[in-house]
Amino acid sequence: MNAAEKKPRSKLPMIAQVGPVSLWMILFVTIPMLFIVFISFMTRGTFGGVEYTPTLESYRTLADVIYLNVILKSIRVAAVTTITCLLVGYPFAYYIARKPPDIASRLIMLLMIPLWTNSLMRLNAWMLVFQTNGPVNKALLAMGLIEKPVMFLYTDGLVLLGLITNFLPFAVLPMYSSIEKLQNSMLEASADLGAKPSVTFWKITLPLTFPGIFSAIILTFIPALGTYTITDMLGGGKVLYIGNIIKNQFGTIRNWPLGAALSVLLLLITALLIFIYSRFASIEEMEVL
Amino acid sequence: MPEPSDSIVSLHQVEKWYGNNHVVKNMNLDIQKGEFLTLLGPSGCGKTTTLRMIAGFEDATSGIITVQGERVEEKEPYQRDVNTVFQNYSLFPHMTVYDNVAYGPTIKKMPKDDIRKKVEEMLALVQMSGYEKRRPEALSGGQKQRVAIARALINNPRVLLLDEPLGALDLKLRKQMQIELKRLQKKLGITFVYVTHDQEEAMTMSDRIAVMRAGVILQIGSPLEIYNHPNCRFVADFIGESNIMDGTVRSVKGNLLRVETDDGMILTEGDGFKGGEKICVSIRPEYLSISKDVQDGFSVRAKIKDHIYMGTVIKTSLDLDSGKELKFSRFEPDPSLKEGDERYVFWDPAKSVAIHLEAQEVDA
Repeated sequence: MNAAEKKPRSKLPMIAQVGPVSLWMILFVTIPMLFIVFISFMTRGTFGGVEYTPTLESYRTLADVIYLNVILKSIRVAAVTTITCLLVGYPFAYYIARKPPDIASRLIMLLMIPLWTNSLMRLNAWMLVFQTNGPVNKALLAMGLIEKPVMFLYTDGLVLLGLITNFLPFAVLPMYSSIEKLQNSMLEASADLGAKPSVTFWKITLPLTFPGIFSAIILTFIPALGTYTITDMLGGGKVLYIGNIIKNQFGTIRNWPLGAALSVLLLLITALLIFIYSRFASIEEMEVL
Repeated sequence: MPEPSDSIVSLHQVEKWYGNNHVVKNMNLDIQKGEFLTLLGPSGCGKTTTLRMIAGFEDATSGIITVQGERVEEKEPYQRDVNTVFQNYSLFPHMTVYDNVAYGPTIKKMPKDDIRKKVEEMLALVQMSGYEKRRPEALSGGQKQRVAIARALINNPRVLLLDEPLGALDLKLRKQMQIELKRLQKKLGITFVYVTHDQEEAMTMSDRIAVMRAGVILQIGSPLEIYNHPNCRFVADFIGESNIMDGTVRSVKGNLLRVETDDGMILTEGDGFKGGEKICVSIRPEYLSISKDVQDGFSVRAKIKDHIYMGTVIKTSLDLDSGKELKFSRFEPDPSLKEGDERYVFWDPAKSVAIHLEAQEVDA
């Protein structure tokens, strides 16, 4: 609480405290990342692999209309996923946070259960449910809402639905923890000073839970932008997203430099988001809330 | 009794239940315009709940609450003409001191220049000028409380509700803030309703104190009235230090009562007591006297147990024959009083208070 309070000085030298983690991060995060950046500036090998001749070829390819369209579409889909998760998730997180702790933890548990299921199994289940002679189509036919089975699989709509349900828990959890920390007396003070509930929401609740909202954005948008299993299975490879292209470049197509360049692009988008966040919130706010 | 028209806040037969918990019981309270009224009691006595019902954070289960003659039970907190200073300050952490204080007027869409003027005025009033740009986290507890007071007062409330506002401050700062708050209240002429469990604080600041226990106001009156004429054992015990002796009235002469206790006879004054009635008698340590000889009407023997020097006063504990302990205090040390010495206890019967036992059946 007290900002002036200093942490007690530890007896361990600093290198012993930060050394192991730093080494780990350098070995397994920084170096591989730099390697990706390095490869993105190299030439594609004739039979796959990488030839170490510097070139901007991969980035030029990225500027191609086909790739640009895929990138923009991926960003759009990730954005719609994120916004939907926020709009659905915030009221839900608020509802949970205002429940007594024992009920809240049970609701959180319900939210977490899907995450414990293997994602391939979950996606296969989705495919079974939505296939042409699956239960959804059968139900709609029985109710007379449709005359012949609808092709749900491999459509943008189903991909979007899959993304939203997959990422909703990741949006709810950080927002829940922010809202849960929001003191009731803040809301009371606002009401006491003459603010209607709607004014209190915009002026107090939302700004004070903003760190949770931003965490939710980062935890939803970035993976949604990079995902390939969901888009692969529910989109059937018919609709292309950045994640699928990266996977294909490193896999079947064996154009590593292009895959690396796409990865760098994803990295840059992530970095930009985190940069914006650090502009909005001070370190203390990120910690406290 | 004050005229109802003088009261700015009034509670009539107010009840509050939390499930099976009866927290406020048939509360009737008239708070006068411009007075400093303190709700005093141990934790869980319903004092904060009472305050929160006036503010509108809690709904009364039944009863009538009026502010300036207008019924407010159905009104939301933001519609009530009262403001609250919270125990934990509750400053908005994402706003500067200026924005915190300007919150009320900004919501009421006052012109920006007027807001600026008022905020400056309020910060000067609580001696916080120059802190406008600070964030609450960069303020000390006392400074936060000053800002919280300014943030409430800027709305020109009819009534300011204060919920243990000094509870988190250290003793010295608390004493200083008590005096400042009292002066502020006098200067502004606003009604303060103050909640505390600290009887000394209540004595220092209040025009009137309502002593509460278990959801009931036991006694309401000026600090002096309550100190000198507690109407029940609990009030006598809770406010200041008290020696309370149980006994039976043996004779009544006018308002002078002879009371027989386990330790001997004592005298006290009191109206409306009958011979044979069981009562208790409260005497403040500073009104107690001791002598070597038996004094007229008193026959309680005491042994000096120990002395405690408290700076301005010396407190002496006395052991009675029954094992009961009396407290005795005076300003000047008496070197002739040694531990183990035997003395007789007496006092001016007008200084002690006779208390009906019926009054404390509310206790049970």
